[in-house]
Amino acid sequence: MNRKLLSFVLRRLGHTAIVLVGVIIVVFTLVHLVPGDPVRVALGTRYTPEAYAALREASGLDRPLIVQFFSYIGNALTGDLGVSFRSGNPVTLVLLERLPATLSLAAAGIIIALLISFPLGLYAALHEGKALDGVIRAVSQFGVSVPDFWMGLMLITFFSVTLGWLPPSGYVPLTEDPLGWASHVLMPAFTVGVVAGSIMTRYIRSAVLDVVGSSYIRTAKSKGIKHRTVVMRHIVRNALVPVVTIGGIQMATMLGGLIVVEVVFAWPGLGRLVYDAVLSRDYAVIQGAVLLIAGMFLLINLLVDLLYAVVDPRIRVS
Amino acid sequence: MSANTVIDVQDLRVRVGAARIVNDVSFKVERGQTLGIVGESGSGKSMTVLAATGLIDAPSAKVSGTSMLDGQNLIGLRRSKLEKIYGERIGFIFQDPATSLNPVLTLERQLTEGPEAHLGITRRAARRRALDLLEAVGIPDPEPRLAAYPHQLSGGMKQRVMIAVALACDPALLIADEPTTALDVTTQAQIISLVRSLQERLGMGVVWISHDLGVISGVAEEVSVLYGGQVVEHTAITDIFNNPLHPYTQGLLRARPYLGGAQEELVTIPGSPPDPKNLPKGCVFYDRCPVRLDSRCETELPPLTDVGDGHLVRSFCATSGGENVRNAWEGTRV
Repeated sequence: MNRKLLSFVLRRLGHTAIVLVGVIIVVFTLVHLVPGDPVRVALGTRYTPEAYAALREASGLDRPLIVQFFSYIGNALTGDLGVSFRSGNPVTLVLLERLPATLSLAAAGIIIALLISFPLGLYAALHEGKALDGVIRAVSQFGVSVPDFWMGLMLITFFSVTLGWLPPSGYVPLTEDPLGWASHVLMPAFTVGVVAGSIMTRYIRSAVLDVVGSSYIRTAKSKGIKHRTVVMRHIVRNALVPVVTIGGIQMATMLGGLIVVEVVFAWPGLGRLVYDAVLSRDYAVIQGAVLLIAGMFLLINLLVDLLYAVVDPRIRVS
Repeated sequence: MSANTVIDVQDLRVRVGAARIVNDVSFKVERGQTLGIVGESGSGKSMTVLAATGLIDAPSAKVSGTSMLDGQNLIGLRRSKLEKIYGERIGFIFQDPATSLNPVLTLERQLTEGPEAHLGITRRAARRRALDLLEAVGIPDPEPRLAAYPHQLSGGMKQRVMIAVALACDPALLIADEPTTALDVTTQAQIISLVRSLQERLGMGVVWISHDLGVISGVAEEVSVLYGGQVVEHTAITDIFNNPLHPYTQGLLRARPYLGGAQEELVTIPGSPPDPKNLPKGCVFYDRCPVRLDSRCETELPPLTDVGDGHLVRSFCATSGGENVRNAWEGTRV
């Protein structure tokens, strides 16, 4: 079985590599299609025709696109994603610098989403049609519809400006000052967590409802075991499969989609980096960041597939 | 209620909104005895036993009547009380073995949780018991099976496991809700003889639901024919074949194919079962009855009458296999 698992993982990693090459092609093409000249932007007021030509040559942008593309792939394979026009630092370094901020925000966000969605979704499904089920459904509908920038601004207005409890923005690395990190991460994580949690609440509710109506739950009840055991051992275990799916999608979305929240809370993560890089036409950084985000997305998909095997024996043992 | 009576159901009614699903059904099961409940889909068979045992799923269903087991009325009993009865006093087998076992739990877990809850035994003792149970239901080499999941078993094996689950705590009553319907004929016969032999050994009462009179004839001593949520005929199993009195029962029997007989084309009963939201005022079979009489059948509900030897029938047109009925059915041959 372990051998099968290993070959499954290797096969999936192979797929992942192919998809990543596709991502590089698409991003490379898109970035070069976007109007605007990075060399002019980089030079700014120091622009002279000589300096322009020199920088173009130095950065390799004067070569044909196809040559640029293959040299990019070749370098990417060795971990060299080029140099940021704006800061002059290697893109790999820039990305690694920003990664912890985004990862820790996404992790906090998904934890909050799970803390919200699991109990609410389960409760709503087990009390289908009752008053609280209606309330949970209405609130989660609201949570799905609220734009995250508005939610972020409201939180800042209330908890930072009015109450003064939490810092309105900024970032402290988790490794340096866990408490400081927590106080800074709370509001952005809550913002992303509420949106993701609302979506997940609805999914979990319908997943649990599906399970509750199934024949094997009637069997479980007919054994005369405690209601709590029926819920935890029989209902929850079976509802986990769809929950893993939606949780994975939300996690992946968070890693790639924190741009707005990171900008609102001045959180120096990948989203913020992409935002700045697009504004300054920093090709190398955009490409590198998109590649990294796509890679993480694929990695999470792989993890979700592996988790399926953990929660569902029909996949694990066949 | 004699000391041997396992369950005694009187005047059971189930209403879901305007739908009258089960109407004044009464039945009794003795120790070691099997009652067959037969009827078409939608006749209220499953609802009858689910309501009688309190295992009904629909929260909107209103159940009335009494269902006495061990001196307790199961109708309206609290969940915590029912939990003590299920598994320990009543075991259940359901129709589709493919969906009635939990797909993500091992057989061991599914077999041991009942005994652990009711018999107060350790996990290890429950495991030994699970092994014995699997052996008792005819699963060869049970030891490695304990770690298996339901999808690794065939349909017949799953139903055997389901029977083991139902009998895990030696219940006094077994409810078998179409346990062989989803199985092929050979497996069906195996499951029937398995339940029979276990019943002889354990002496439990059985309520066996089926739409198939052939299956019922193989398992039951007495049979109740359900139509439109009512018992239209109740008698000993031999009687139902030799002396069916209700036009519906007679129609059912004529709709069965026989092996070896001078088989002509099969008869069907024209029309469809009544809508529980709109039951006829009089006899529930009025619309489809080939021998119905005057307006009395249409407007007056026939009482369930004892015509001798505990043979109950609910019809104004009950005739002992009467020629008029036979002729009337001949006319409907397709």
